[in-house]
Amino acid sequence: MTLSINDVKQVAHLAYIKVSEEEAEAALSQLSGIFKLIESMQAVDTSHVEPMSHAQDLVQRLREDKITESDKSDLCQSIAPQVENGLYLVPKVIE
Amino acid sequence: MQWEIVIGLEVHTQLSTQSKIFSGASTAYGAPPNTQASFVDLALPGVLPVLNRGAVERAVKFGLAVNAIINSPSIFARKNYFYPDLPKGYQISQYERPIVEGGSIAIQVGETEKTIRLTRAHLEEDAGKSLHEDFHGMSGIDLNRAGTPLLEIVSEPDLRSSAEAVAYAKTLHALVRWIGICDGNMQEGSFRCDANVSVRPRGQEKYGTRCEIKNLNSFRFLEKAIDFEVERQIEILEEGGSIRQETRLFDANKGETRTMRTKEDANDYRYFPDPDLLPVEIAPDWIEQLRASLPELPQARRERYVTEYGLSGYDAAVLTSSREMADYFEAAARQLPESAKLCANWIMGDISARLNRDGLDIGECPVGPAHVAQLISRIQDGTISGKAAKTVFESLWQGEQGQDVDAIIEIKGLKQMSDNSALEKLIDDVLAANAQQVADYRGGKEKAFNALVGQVMKAAQGKANPAQVNAMLKEKLG
Repeated sequence: MTLSINDVKQVAHLAYIKVSEEEAEAALSQLSGIFKLIESMQAVDTSHVEPMSHAQDLVQRLREDKITESDKSDLCQSIAPQVENGLYLVPKVIE
Repeated sequence: MQWEIVIGLEVHTQLSTQSKIFSGASTAYGAPPNTQASFVDLALPGVLPVLNRGAVERAVKFGLAVNAIINSPSIFARKNYFYPDLPKGYQISQYERPIVEGGSIAIQVGETEKTIRLTRAHLEEDAGKSLHEDFHGMSGIDLNRAGTPLLEIVSEPDLRSSAEAVAYAKTLHALVRWIGICDGNMQEGSFRCDANVSVRPRGQEKYGTRCEIKNLNSFRFLEKAIDFEVERQIEILEEGGSIRQETRLFDANKGETRTMRTKEDANDYRYFPDPDLLPVEIAPDWIEQLRASLPELPQARRERYVTEYGLSGYDAAVLTSSREMADYFEAAARQLPESAKLCANWIMGDISARLNRDGLDIGECPVGPAHVAQLISRIQDGTISGKAAKTVFESLWQGEQGQDVDAIIEIKGLKQMSDNSALEKLIDDVLAANAQQVADYRGGKEKAFNALVGQVMKAAQGKANPAQVNAMLKEKLG
């Protein structure tokens, strides 16, 4: 699969990353390199291998359903840029 | 043209755990803003999610209740999108290998039963809440809800009308409460529906283009939104237009749906397995343990009420709409198995009406099923009339006479006359006093008979058994 400059721009748009033309070109060549690497890996026959969803061959540990956290809102809000009535304020997002 | 409506529902049920799905913060509703948002819920750098066993258990219970496959291992994925009520920039959800796959739910529409297939049910975290008013042009964010465990239950597009969609949503709502995985509180957002709606010419196999209506938080809105959307789509198609695939919002005040966003790139969530979470294994003995913990399910009860108590499918469906109601019916019907239908009528009629009047659930009914059974048995044995029973019921409701049915009947003088000779004397008196009507009846005027029955009932002060009066009068008038 070949990657186009438009693919790079689309991914950047979806990821909310602002990229200049130059940066997009640089990212294209780096990403294409990664795609080549993936292509050569795909040449290996893996039909007899069960796919893994995680790099580590371990199983998720579970927590008991218990409340272990206390209210830390004062601490958290002390580092927020803007708060009011206990709410975090952010630029308006309604569509 | 004849149009066929095609609907699939996605329902977000909030699981009734104490703590969040990936953190130890409380999920209690109504706390002051952000007091239940832990470092994990706020997505502070360096934190890791740890999965709540209670959330997994509830999801598995649901899967077992709908005869689905429980996937093991099941995996979590990141669903990437940007919105300030989602501080990580992604929602932890499931994409491949959701915890529950397949299964089905039987719904009752009128006297017809229909099976609705499920696609899947997956675990995910809820987002926070954005408040858009009164913050000098900014939005206020409350992250208390962020990280609350949800089970998103997705149906196949098997529903063919808004009535079926509502029946399905109600059945699902009853089921999740029945098995104790969700409190079902719709005002608090514990049970929210998204409807995928499309239409196609009847007979066509290919589905039409669908629109998704988001966040319908009542059964009435669900019905109205679908009806409006169906009409909108048919109108466009009949005018030669085409439907654009999009997400729509229902405006409850105007009773219409409107565009929220089109699906161009909004739907590109770039899912990938979340490296912060390992695959979840659900051991067979754990599954069996959870299966054993399930109560008798509504579907099984419904069938049993039809076979064991001879109820209609409709009655059985109404009585199993909540576990409280089903238990109430069963407690009464066990005492009067021969009069189960009468118990059903009382619960669905007088008792439900009285509960509605006071805004109570059947679990809060001041008159218990044992008293109702006793009351019904007094109608059955002829002690009181059906009409008098309503008076007794109200007295029971008010807690009079220590809720002793017989004492209430006695003190209020509601006993029917069962003594034939007393009734006979009464009838003789009435006949003697109404010679004209007797003559009319004998002359062929049927109406005169009813007048005489009325006179007797009046003379008996309503305590005579109408059937008995009828029979005795007929005999006397020969």
